[in-house]
Amino acid sequence: MVEAFNQILNGLSIASILLLVSLGLAIIYGSMGVINLAHGDFLMLGAYAVWFLQSTFGIGLLPCLGLVFVIVGLVGWAIERTLIRHLYGRPLDTLLATWGIGIILQQAIRLSAGAELRYVKMPDYLINPINLFGTDISAYRLMIFGVTLALLVATYLLIFRSNFGMRLRAVTQNAEISRCFGINVSQVYALTFAYGAGLAGLAGALVSPLKSVSPDMGTGYVVDAFLVVVMGGVQSLFGTVASAGMLGQLSTWFAFVSNDTLARALVFSLVLVMIRFRPQGLFVTQVRRG
Amino acid sequence: MRTDRRSLLKVALAAGAAGGTSFPHIWNRNADLAYAAKGELKVGVLYSLTGTTAIIESSLNHATLLAIEEINAAGGVNGMKLVPVVEDPESDPATFAQKARKLVLSDKCVSVFGSYTSASRKAVLPVFEKYKGLYWYPTLYEGRECSQNVIYTGAVPNQQQKDFIPWLVRNFGKKFYLIGSNYIYPKEENNVCKILLNQLGGEVVGEEYVPLGHSEFGSVIQKFKDTQPNVIFSTVVGDSVVALHRQYKAAGLDPAKMPMASLTTSEEEIAAMGGDFAAGHFTSAPYFMSTDTPENHKFVEAFQKRWGKDKVTHFVSEPAYFQVYLFKQAVEKLSADNIAPETIRKAAWGQEFRAPEGLVKIDPENAHTYLWPKIGQAQANGQFKIIEQVKEWVQPSPYWAYPGEVCTPSGLVEKKV
Repeated sequence: MVEAFNQILNGLSIASILLLVSLGLAIIYGSMGVINLAHGDFLMLGAYAVWFLQSTFGIGLLPCLGLVFVIVGLVGWAIERTLIRHLYGRPLDTLLATWGIGIILQQAIRLSAGAELRYVKMPDYLINPINLFGTDISAYRLMIFGVTLALLVATYLLIFRSNFGMRLRAVTQNAEISRCFGINVSQVYALTFAYGAGLAGLAGALVSPLKSVSPDMGTGYVVDAFLVVVMGGVQSLFGTVASAGMLGQLSTWFAFVSNDTLARALVFSLVLVMIRFRPQGLFVTQVRRG
Repeated sequence: MRTDRRSLLKVALAAGAAGGTSFPHIWNRNADLAYAAKGELKVGVLYSLTGTTAIIESSLNHATLLAIEEINAAGGVNGMKLVPVVEDPESDPATFAQKARKLVLSDKCVSVFGSYTSASRKAVLPVFEKYKGLYWYPTLYEGRECSQNVIYTGAVPNQQQKDFIPWLVRNFGKKFYLIGSNYIYPKEENNVCKILLNQLGGEVVGEEYVPLGHSEFGSVIQKFKDTQPNVIFSTVVGDSVVALHRQYKAAGLDPAKMPMASLTTSEEEIAAMGGDFAAGHFTSAPYFMSTDTPENHKFVEAFQKRWGKDKVTHFVSEPAYFQVYLFKQAVEKLSADNIAPETIRKAAWGQEFRAPEGLVKIDPENAHTYLWPKIGQAQANGQFKIIEQVKEWVQPSPYWAYPGEVCTPSGLVEKKV
């Protein structure tokens, strides 16, 4: 019984990390139609930003978070302004361009920060496990769970309850008409891209103490993030949440009954079968596109 | 565009001029055929500087270049300078093969130092065997190979495990959980481990392989908790090592009761995970950065001076360093017109060198290396405390787990058991 409870917690923890890394991608993809292959590398930038702030200025991980969000958001903003905005409506080209940006970011980090694995310190008060209903659970993972929840709420409020969100939803439905109503479309796009990049940076910062920081750490995450977004349905925030939850639970339970190698393969085949029969994803919000 | 006679003439002239500069090169080619030309000796350095294993392989590149620079600064090999030809195979086996072909055929490197993963070594083997090159491989690996064109300076399973497993059983108990990355190396090591455990009356309570680069160990750790092994025997590689150690600690497991015993966790991985997470776990290897020999103090100091104060040396970078010296000694036995991969290989047999870990020797039978296995316990400062050390060097036995097969100077021989 304790075992099962523990596995459910494991699954929730993996799900929260999945959601964290895919949230930024889902927003950029869902509202702008840009398939951002550099998403994993924004994440990597976030991890390096924390490493840099921590090793040079000795700032702890949690105080870094705001700064990291701003830094990576700015990088995202700059990339959107200089490159992505010329490529709207050309999905294949953005695919290629963002892939290229990813490679450039990786090599830039490799040249400046070096190729070795880097170490981001976990806050001391979160290192020890917490005993929850008779099972040990990592305090740090609980914290990630909390932060992910907070980010989710913030994102929801931003999109559905703020003035900016209203403009964003209008632009998503029809950019031309929105422009006629005086919405500054290119500004909305730039801010959305920056927000998505900033979220990726935050995700990178938060996972860095769990894993290791290296220039190509983003590659694995971008795959996971796409899995979540594709399965959940492209434009649905709720779909992203639900599919992250499902994938998290599925992979821990598969891994528990068999092993991690098989679990990975099973999860992938499941998603494959799913998109064969429901290419639009599990959850679809009706959006009229202009 | 209209082509008239004048522009055609220009093109012809330009082509002629270009040809004029490149032609003599072709005629001079013969002069380069000998390996030792113009007082220089070309050697290949084939470690990935980009891609997934770039992290560890760049340290091997650094160690190799350091040895080459030291040798050149001390007057070279019989007065000849070593010229390193550095290639980046991008952590991709196919690129390894392609770059190896370039180093052997077009650069005419007399030897190539390279590879970290077994996959990349297997990929270059056909190249060196076909074109009769010589490859120096510094990494500990799974054994069960006997190439005529490779000199192996890393440890094979018998060297890392023969004392380690009995020591673990004596100190912690007989129940082992085997966890490894999913490829050939961990499987072969676990074979050896199971044979040893069998002899000692030990028990394997779980055996599991995770995908390369895996970073979620929640389910695996749950199985540790369920099966309660005395020892977790780990052959997980790469950045998965970091994730495993961090999640082990976060799950509240205690190294004093259920230590991880690894063949693959080095100072490099510990630097990446943070000493606190590694403290208390064990590794068996012929070399640790904390090895207390004059040669090692010199090596560590030179390495950090050349590549940075924060750099660590580890059990793969040390062989990557000393194998260049073994190469040098082998070449020194040869006259300049007799230097070729084949002659170097023969001359290398039986060569001894005082390496940072102790005196090492290339076995004249199987071209692997006599080494000094040690058991180290990781400390919070990121270094290993050496707890046990063999009294004399251990002979390499690449076919230890396969009694019917023996590696000899002329290749693999199968005998009836």
